[in-house]
Formats: sequence, C-alpha cells, structure tokens
Amino acid sequence: MSVDPGSAPERFEAALADLDVPVTYTDPAGFDRTLETIAREPAIGTSLPFPSVSLPDWVDDDPTPASLDSAVTGITAASIGIADYGSVVLPATAAGSEQVSLFPDLHVPIVRAEDVVADMSTAIARLGPDLRDGGSAIVATGPSATADMGALVKGAHGPKDVHVVVLETRGESDE
Amino acid sequence: MSETDRGAKADRIRHLLETEGEAVEANTLGFNQGRYESVADLEDYEALKDEARAIKEDAIERLPELIDEVTETVEENGGTVYLADDAADANRYIRDVASEKDAGRVVKSKSMTSEELEVNDALAEDGVDVVETDLGEWVLQVADEAPSHIVAPAIHKSEDEIAQLFNEQFDPEEPLETAEELTMFARERLGELIRDADVGMTGANFITADSGSIMLVTSEGNARKSAVVPDTHVAVAGVEKIVPSVEDLAPFIELIGRSGTGQDITSYISLLTPPVESPVVDFDEPDVAFADRNDDRDFHLVLIDNGRMAMRDDEQLRETLYCIRCSACANSCANFQSVGGHAFGGETYTGGIATGWEAGVHGQESAAEFNDLCTGCTRCVNACPVKIDIPWLNTVVRDRINREGDDGQFEFVYEELVPDEEPGGLDPQKRLFGNYETLAKLGSATAPLSNWMAGLGPVRSLLERVVGVDSRRDLPEFQRETLREWYEKRGSRVDPIDADREVVLYPDTYTNYVDVDRGKAAVRVLEALDVHVRIPDVGESGRAPLSQGLIATADEQASRVYAALAEHIDAGRDVVVIEPSDLAMFRREYENLLPERSFERLRDGSYEILEYVYGLLENGGDPTELRDGGEGPPIAYHAHCQQRTLGLDRYTTAVFDDLVYDVVESDVECCGMAGSFGYKREYYELSMDVGERLAEQFTDPRAEDRLVVASGTSCEEQLGDLLDRDAVHPIEVLDPRSRLR
Repeated sequence: MSVDPGSAPERFEAALADLDVPVTYTDPAGFDRTLETIAREPAIGTSLPFPSVSLPDWVDDDPTPASLDSAVTGITAASIGIADYGSVVLPATAAGSEQVSLFPDLHVPIVRAEDVVADMSTAIARLGPDLRDGGSAIVATGPSATADMGALVKGAHGPKDVHVVVLETRGESDE
Repeated sequence: MSETDRGAKADRIRHLLETEGEAVEANTLGFNQGRYESVADLEDYEALKDEARAIKEDAIERLPELIDEVTETVEENGGTVYLADDAADANRYIRDVASEKDAGRVVKSKSMTSEELEVNDALAEDGVDVVETDLGEWVLQVADEAPSHIVAPAIHKSEDEIAQLFNEQFDPEEPLETAEELTMFARERLGELIRDADVGMTGANFITADSGSIMLVTSEGNARKSAVVPDTHVAVAGVEKIVPSVEDLAPFIELIGRSGTGQDITSYISLLTPPVESPVVDFDEPDVAFADRNDDRDFHLVLIDNGRMAMRDDEQLRETLYCIRCSACANSCANFQSVGGHAFGGETYTGGIATGWEAGVHGQESAAEFNDLCTGCTRCVNACPVKIDIPWLNTVVRDRINREGDDGQFEFVYEELVPDEEPGGLDPQKRLFGNYETLAKLGSATAPLSNWMAGLGPVRSLLERVVGVDSRRDLPEFQRETLREWYEKRGSRVDPIDADREVVLYPDTYTNYVDVDRGKAAVRVLEALDVHVRIPDVGESGRAPLSQGLIATADEQASRVYAALAEHIDAGRDVVVIEPSDLAMFRREYENLLPERSFERLRDGSYEILEYVYGLLENGGDPTELRDGGEGPPIAYHAHCQQRTLGLDRYTTAVFDDLVYDVVESDVECCGMAGSFGYKREYYELSMDVGERLAEQFTDPRAEDRLVVASGTSCEEQLGDLLDRDAVHPIEVLDPRSRLR
C-alpha cells in the first residue's frame, strides 16, 4: 500500500531497510557461502523446498527440542515475500519450521526473488487455498519485539534479529 | 449524581491523573502519532476502511450461518467447537478440557475475551496455574491489576515501576533496571513456564469460516509459542470475530496495527489452522527429532455469545460488533490520554468503544460508570478502521442510562418519544446543561442582573452543590441585546438584488446570547463579500441536550431547526454556521435524528463560516476589505475537534494563508472543555489536564506571543482559562471593523 515507486524487489529491500533488517542476495552457487557469513553456530534449519539449494552440512536439519534449545540461528524457507511491508510468509511444517523460526536468537528466512509479491492482498490471496487445505503460516515482519517494559526491546519471546536471504534462481520452476 | 458522588468521582480521577496519567499520556500519544504517520503512507486509507467495514457488516448480518460454517470446518479439520452462552458456560467447558488433560499449567496469550470471562480465576479454582505470557499482561498478573488498555494492558506502568515490582517479587541476583533487562528476565522465566505447560490458551483476532483458521496479531511471539508448544490449544473468541473467508483478512491485516499502536504491521500475523501440523515441543523427549513425531494435537475453539447475539438484534448496539479491538478510539481520545482505561472503562473493556461492549456484555450499569467521559468530540470517528460512530453509541447508551427506572417505556423507540419528556429522575446537572438555550434566553433577558447574580459567591456555591457546576470556572456573560435583535435594528447593508449570494446565518445559542461580537463580525465579513445576510428565528440545534444523552429533546429541536431552515434551502439560500459543534449536528448527528432526505438537504446546504468565506474568495470574492494591507498579527490557531473530524479546519488556515497571516496550528485532539464537560465539578481537573496539552503548544516560544484564535466556543473559554490571553474566533480577525488586524 505504500506509495513508494519502484519494482517489488526494490520496495521489499526498502521496507526491510526501514525495519533495520539486513537482506543479502545470493544465487545457488553462492548460497552456502552466504549462509556461512550470516548464520552463527550452532544453527538449525528445516529442509528447503527449493530444487536448486539445500541446507549445508553444518546446519542441523533434523531439529529436536534439545537442538532447538541450544541453537543460536534458525534457518527456514519463506513461501512469499511482501514488498510493501518487508514481510516474509513462513509456512508451518510437521518438521518444525514454526519452532525453528521462533526460538533461536537469529532467524534467517530464505525467500526466492520470484516469490516476492507487491502487496498484502496478493499474498493473502495466495495463502487462501493453503489455509483452506489445512495449512498454517506466519506473516513475519522483522524480529520479535515488545514495548511493554517501558521502551522498545527486540527479542521478547522470539528472535532478536532477522536476516533475510533472497535467492535469485533465474527462472527455476516450482518443485 | 449527589454532591458526595461527584466529590468521590473527582477524587478518583485526580488520583489516576497523579498516579497513572503520565505513563498513559506518553504511550497513547505515541500510538496516536504513529497512527497518523502510518495511515498517511496508505494510498487509499478510506477505501480500505470501507472494505473492512463492509466485511464486518456482512459477517454480522450472516453470523448464525457463519457460526455453523466455522463449526463444520473446524470439526472437519479435527478440532472441536463449543458455543458458550455466557462466561460461566465457557469457563465450565474450559475447566473440563483442562481437567481432562490433567493440566497443571495453562499458558495464555493476551486476550480481552478471556478477561471478559475471568477464566484465570475459574481455572485457579481447580488448582490450575494460569500464566499470562504477554509481557504487559504478565506484569499485571504479577502486580495483581486489571488491564488499562485493550492492546497494551500495562501502559499505565512506567519502566521504573515495573523494575521495582520485579525486584520486589522475584528478588533477582542483580537488580533489574532497564527495559532490556526486564524483557530478557521475563523472556527467560516465561520461556521456562511455557516449555512444560500442558495447555496453551489464546484469543483470536479473526476466525475464517471457510478454512477454520484463527488470526492472531502479536509482536512478541508468545501467542505462537502458547499455541504450538503444548499439545492442546484452546482458543476463546466472541462470535463476532468470524469473517467469511481467508481473503477477507487482508484489509484488517493492513489496518489493525496502524490503528492500534501506529505500526504499519505487527511483527507476527499468525494464521493458524488448528490442529496445526507443527510438532509438539516436548522437553521430556529432548532428543526425538520433530520430523519423527506423530503428534495427536487437540484443539478447542470456544465461541462466546455472552450478550453478543442480543447486541446483534439491538439496532443501536449492533455496530459495536464491528469493532476489531484495535484501541484507536482509546488512543485518539483526549480524556483517555489523561486518565487511561482505569477511569475510561468498565468491568473489562476500556476506551471509546468500551461503552458499547460493556453495555452489551455486562449491562448498562458497568457502562454508566464511565460513559460521561465521552465528550462527543468525535476524534475517534475517523480513527476507527471500521467507521463505527462511537460517540453516537455513547450517546445512545447515555440516553438509556438517563431513562433507567423509567420502566423501559421509552427504550429503543426514540422516534415515538414525546418531545421534552425526559424522565423525571433525570440528573439535574444533565437537565441544566441540556436546556442551555432556556437558560441563555432568560440570562440575556435579565442581563446584566443575571451576570451579576451568577458571579455571587452564594450563587456559585449553590450551583456547585446542586448541579455540580465547578465554581473555579467563569460563567459565560449573557448580552442584553442578542445578535438577532442587533441585526433586526441594523438591517442589511447589502441589497438582495445586488447580492452575489444570499445567506442564512444560523444564530446558535452562544453567538446569539453570549458572544454576539463574533456574530456581528460574521455579518460584516459576509457583507464585505457582497452577500445578503438573513438571521432567522431558529432555535438550538439540539447539541446541548444531545451531549447530555437527552435524545428525545435533541430530536425535537432538530425537527424544529429543519422546519425553520427548509424554506430557505428551497429558496436557494446557503446556511452558514459559526459554531462548529452546531455544524457537526447538521452534517453528522442529524442523520440519526431527521428523515434521510431532510438530513441530506440540510447537510448539503450548510457551511462552516470560514469554509464559506474560503468558497467566496475562491470564486472571485474581493478580499480587499478583509485585508489590512500589511501583514496581520502572527496567529496561534486551535481548530475545533468536530470541525477537524469533518476536515474543515483546512479552510480556516487556507483563508489565513491567502490573506498572508502567519499561522501556527495546534495538533492536540481536543481542548478538554468540550461543551459542558469542563464546567462539571467531577471533571474539572481532567478537563484542565487535557487542556494543558493545548496550553503547552501555545506557551511554546514559537507561539507565546501570537494572537490566540479558536473556532469553538468551548475552546475559546478553555484557552481563556489556560492562558493569560483571550481567544477570538477566526471571523473576528477578518472583520473589516476589527482592531485585531
């Protein structure tokens, strides 16, 4: 809904900048290296539904309550990015992506460039069938925060930091 | 209200002003400012609000059908739906669920609906440990206090107070000081309580009938943890939270955060379709991979009626059900900004819309406690994302409270009421202010004797004792010669044949009997622009009785005003109004008092005086006579709250701009005087506290030497009391005979 001009990816980046959320662009070749520079160990994650990339070995992709407890970084896939708000849509999965995106101090959502849509109504329209099919998702915008203790503090119950990774796959089709 | 009651009420308000006022003010002003900034970025804010309103109207209309649909959908998903008649019924069900689960602890994310149920107390009876996981709500649980705001329950508490509370209660090794330390302490402690909880309880901001999803609007992440960590999730929600489909959520997602805390969006919008696929987080099995679990999750949606279906059948209260509990009405309310929800609320709900909720779910008595704190300034009207006319709701409830003990004979049937037949037991204070026109007539006819008498000590203390008129306020001085009498004697200076336009200048009670000067100024300005002026014999607009909740009297006066003006409108004359609160009657409130067609004709044919002057100048009017030649005095301008709601203040500033005046405009919501409100003994201090925010702007070095200009009668009086300079109406600045220029 913002009146800022520019393409969806440009507006996505600008909105994330307003939120003080860093964003890094990468392609399948540079993916592992990009994650290395962003993630702090120990890192956990849930397997990515994108054909061209998978989580590197040093990321525990089979999390348990114990690893959830000790992880510093959580890496999960985002199904949609919303340009106007700098939001990412995080689908909940049986493998625990909801928890992985919530418990660790740093959350790294991976969103494909072509999944960045312009606005909220487009994102919700896309979510409708998933939800009617029993799916759940979180529209997450920046880190967890509270102002209940008298000043704005990041990391109330959830992550203190979010670092968005935009995966540019140049025409990779859906899995 | 007796003198003792008034005194007790005044004491309570003073206490809240002293103890909670500062923190509430800082927080609500921040939220409110954030809203202004955030909605300014929206391309089509009004269209989004219309869309949101239409969805709620449709959903409430089809509510029984949607309840059936959501029940079916949730049950198909494997969850359970329970439709509870009232709080006791809901609590019984929730206790049964907890007991079946053998629950020792329930973790709960903030929900006003669960506050309405007082479910914590109900569960505690069974020995269940209920832990609030929203940080603000947890602070209140530790302090054993009630929420003072719908969205930010602990806004009345400062960082220092919370630190002191935590240090006393928990005795940490290192005393906690900063917000960061307090937050991290709470995060850790609550995190541990969540990990071995048996049941998670949440509310629901919205429920979608088509998918059975619940939408939760949060920033902390505690709702996500509460819903997902334990294997059992109980969501409690009023039936009005259901919308037809997932797609209907979009406008609300865009509006709710902006309207409430002034954020474009909150950190998390959870769209959960329970029972969710997410694995249970069981720390008793720390090494079992989530992917290997096969959880059997249990989900209960407890839908609560508790008076809502009756509200749906009540033509006036029905609007309340459109409320999305965003708190914009509280944040934009000048009185709320001063005292917060512990004064401006009933058993559960706080803020502008609380009157509707309390009247609907707890009954009129709960609403009566704070209903008078709504001054009808209407600043919440444009703030509400679903366009609820909250001041009207409050007026309706006030009217019903006035009629209590009247055998309910007049309830819900205003149109059939006999004019001026307010109930016999009506509070004499309300009767006095509601009949201001009669008083003004008498006062003017007997001036200056009436003014002299009104100034006498014994009269003032009698007025204070019997009707609660605070003796610290100066009373208006009635003029012996009314505006109409002056004009009849003087006659018109513009021949109707030569006139560009013909105007009916509405002689509102205050202009006609008290501030006759601004009426004379209006005549001279209009004539300087070649307008032929008429001042007919038209009575009070009904604003005074309406503000006291005397709808029948207001209704009768509205009909009389319309009857007196209809002929002029037919003749193509424009109705011009000096007092913004009277214009707001014509443009807003008359919609509820007159037949539709009559309302529309008067609305479309009436103008605020500076709006009209602006139109004349834009259409080639010659401003020479209004302009001094040089630059006029620098101006500090305070527009009127109802005028701003109607978007009319811009005409005044535009005219001043055109005539090369340097203007600083106030941006507070209301002056605090608000008609009769500031005269009332029980509210005098609150009125002054609200006014202080305006006074600060006009005693600022940028404004302290400026000419103080205000559009409303009450604003002028309040500014006169707050500052050591008198305020004038904008039309007096433009008056060709003015000495202000």
